Amino acid sequence: MNTLACVKRVPDTGAKIVLTDDQQGIDTSTLGFTMSPHEECALEEAVQLTEAHGGTATVLTLGSEEADEQLRTGLAMEADDAVLLETDGEEWGPVDTASAIADYVRDADADFDVLLFGNESADAGNYQVGVTVANQLGLPCVTGIKNLDVEDDTVVAKREVSGGEEVYEVELPAVVTVKEGLNEPRYPSVRSKMEAQKQEVPSVQPEHRGADTLERIRLDAPEQEDSEAEILGESADAVDDVVEVLREDLEVL
Amino acid sequence: MTVVLTLVELDEGVPAETSLEALTLARDIAGQTDSSVSAVVVSDEAAAVADELGDYGVGEVHAVEHERLDSYAPEAWAESVDQVANELDAGAVVAPGSDRGHEVLSHVAARRGVSIAANCLDVDAGEEYEVTRQRWGGTLLEEARLGGDTKFLTSAAHEVGIEPAAEPADPPVHSFSPSLDDDVFRVQVDRYEESEAEGVPLGEARVVVSGGRGVGGPDGYDQLEDLADLLGGAVGASRAAVNEGWRPHDDQIGQTGAKISPKLYIPCGISGAVQHMVGCKGAENILAINTDPEAAIIQKADYAVIADLHDVVPELNETLRETQ
Repeated sequence: MNTLACVKRVPDTGAKIVLTDDQQGIDTSTLGFTMSPHEECALEEAVQLTEAHGGTATVLTLGSEEADEQLRTGLAMEADDAVLLETDGEEWGPVDTASAIADYVRDADADFDVLLFGNESADAGNYQVGVTVANQLGLPCVTGIKNLDVEDDTVVAKREVSGGEEVYEVELPAVVTVKEGLNEPRYPSVRSKMEAQKQEVPSVQPEHRGADTLERIRLDAPEQEDSEAEILGESADAVDDVVEVLREDLEVL
Repeated sequence: MTVVLTLVELDEGVPAETSLEALTLARDIAGQTDSSVSAVVVSDEAAAVADELGDYGVGEVHAVEHERLDSYAPEAWAESVDQVANELDAGAVVAPGSDRGHEVLSHVAARRGVSIAANCLDVDAGEEYEVTRQRWGGTLLEEARLGGDTKFLTSAAHEVGIEPAAEPADPPVHSFSPSLDDDVFRVQVDRYEESEAEGVPLGEARVVVSGGRGVGGPDGYDQLEDLADLLGGAVGASRAAVNEGWRPHDDQIGQTGAKISPKLYIPCGISGAVQHMVGCKGAENILAINTDPEAAIIQKADYAVIADLHDVVPELNETLRETQ
């Protein structure tokens, strides 16, 4: 079984997001980068499936040459191969991104049985890439999956709904978009990180079709709703005041 | 008159809240573009909700009926919505900001090779639309231009207020029989499995007590469990604590976990990263317990105790037990 995990390089934001002066992006001068959380689970699942069923796991990203960092992380997490669909760093929309990934899959030497995506990227949150790749390749697609099993040629996938889970059984090959919680992504060992640095990562120039119909004008930070917290105390002595607040102000007792 | 078509999901026979949000946004768009709002409902119970949909300004209800649509099938829903939109020559299709809303609309847009604008808060509708939508799970807003002959968008869940129309309508219900190939049923819900989880679900809890890195390890949650029990609430965790393996992912509050809206939220030893805050911004009140007075969570809190949770929480539990 061959698997493909598609990931996106995104800033590793902390307690506050600062925008660039032109409001076209996030000021990343003081930030590190990571891959979207859902996609980290997609990658882990891609590796686990090949560990259980044989075959190779490939990690793919579309982005600038800096996204090589996330591919190396993927290799350190025991993906067998990595591929960069290299852009000039400008953000591509979901339709163009999906078209480039579908092009790659059609031309790839490997026949992929399971194509894994995050349900939505951490930054853009478009939900569209996995579904559009499936549509362009004529493959079935399940989305928002938090539980996944492969039995013979069938993937059994579960999605959370109110009060339980709905279960899908879909024939392979298939596209699956996943949510964090699907698995616990491994921490790469120092040894696997070093080996990942040595591995060759091919770079492909994707065709930019310009088909997307959503164009960013600017980013804004929502109005801050900072409140002046009432400090109830600076030690366990505050407990009586806390109980008072719980009873009188909040009425939760 | 052009039509703004809105996908309406039913939840136990009534329109889901996220669908009422989508209708509220759709009515705003229709008002700006001299259009009417139509609803598409994939259910044989559509006629029973027509009156309520009329309250939200729906002029016509299109009830999709097909013998194989007895359980949810994303591509079959998408194909049906696409066919209804085509027949009405819809100017826009609005879907709720739910798993199914995003999934179905993504399939429809993929068939037409265009983008969707997901999680919209506001729309300035002309020839092109200028939308305000959420990015980073709502941490940032994006103003964007949405083009295409038909506009595809979803409403941001729990952000677009639900408002009935000033003048309720009395919509006729049109039955629509889509033409569906076998292929669109290759993905269909096979069965449901009920959750075995006990206690109050995080999303519905009136009080949520949660712990982050400051808890220090899995054992530290015992005291938080006790506090939650005493307050009739549920226990949550930050992503940092879940990544440490101290709590299961089901407990995670934040952008990639649960979104909570309790009367009271008590974060203990949680710094308040933006990804965490988008999960708890629905809380009416926040009482933070943290050693760091500069922590971001203190800026967002209504009440704070600047002390070690390991000192405060056991003492608090003891006092609460005595008073009960």
